[in-house]
Amino acid sequence: MARVIVDVMLKPEIHDPQGEAVLGASRRLGFGGVTGVRQGKRFEVEIDGPADAAALAAIEELARELLANPVIEEFTVSSG
Amino acid sequence: MTFPGSLDDTDAARAARYAGAEPVPLWHADRDLRGVDAVILPGGFSYGDYLRCGAIARFSPVMAELVPAARSGLPVLGICNGFQILCEAHLLPGALTRNAGLRFITRDVRLTVANTDTAWTSGYAPGQQLLVPLKSGEGAYAAAQETLDELDGTGRVVVRYASDAPNGSARDIAGVCNEAGNVVGLMPHPEHAIDPLTGPSGDGLGFFTSVLRAFAGAGR
Repeated sequence: MARVIVDVMLKPEIHDPQGEAVLGASRRLGFGGVTGVRQGKRFEVEIDGPADAAALAAIEELARELLANPVIEEFTVSSG
Repeated sequence: MTFPGSLDDTDAARAARYAGAEPVPLWHADRDLRGVDAVILPGGFSYGDYLRCGAIARFSPVMAELVPAARSGLPVLGICNGFQILCEAHLLPGALTRNAGLRFITRDVRLTVANTDTAWTSGYAPGQQLLVPLKSGEGAYAAAQETLDELDGTGRVVVRYASDAPNGSARDIAGVCNEAGNVVGLMPHPEHAIDPLTGPSGDGLGFFTSVLRAFAGAGR
C-alpha cells in the first residue's frame, strides 16, 4: 500500500477571500511579517500497490476529474 | 430533481405548478428522467457541499441520464446549488466560488434580464428588472477572462445583478446559459418569487412560464 498526496490550490488569478481572512487574523495576532496567505486543500490518497508511474497517472486523472475543478483550481500530485 | 441535501425542490415543484406545468419528482439515485419535458435542479446543499458545491452530485446516477439529454436540447434550469452542479458537470462554463465578503448572503436582489432568447427567459423583455431572493455562501461567479469575453460577446450572460454584485461575481454575472440556450443556471432564486404573497414579487414566475411557452410554440 502506498500514499499519494494531491495538493489543490485556487489558481493565482482567482480571488481567495478565505486566505485574505486568515491574513487579516495573522496581522491581528501580531504576525506583522505575514504579507499574503492563500488557502488550499491537501488529499492523502491511499492505493493498492506501489506509487509507480502508472499509479500516479491514475491519481492525476482522479485529481482532474474529481479532487480539483480545473476551471478555478490547479493541483500537484506527489508520492507521500 | 432531488439530491440528498436539496432544500428547494418543493418550491421548484410549486413554481412549475403555478406556471401550469405538472411537476414530476426525480430522484438522484434513479437512472431515469421519467419522460419529463424539462428539468429543474433546485437549490440546497447536495451531499453536504462536500469537496466543492455540486462536485459529488455531478456523479449521481440520474446525472448520467441528464447530461446527454441536456446536450440534446432538453431544457434544464439550475438554481443556486443546481447552478453549481451544472457548472461542475460542464454543462455550463465557469464555477461558483466563495462570496467575496465570506458571509452567507440572504437578501432580495434586483436582476436585469440580459438574454431573452433562452428556453427559460423568453417571456421577459430585454433589460427587464426582477426582484428575487439571493441566498448563498458560494455564489461568486468565476471563469477565465477568455470565457467571460466569450459569454459577453455571444450574449450568454442571462441575468446580471442590477447594481454591484453583492457576492463579488465577475462582471456582475448572476446567471449564464449554454450555447444552445436550453441550459440556464443562476444563483438567485426565481422559484421563491412567484407570488407577492409568499415572496418579494412575482417576477420569478417568468422562468417557468417561458419554458412552457417554448413547448406550446413547438406544438406540444
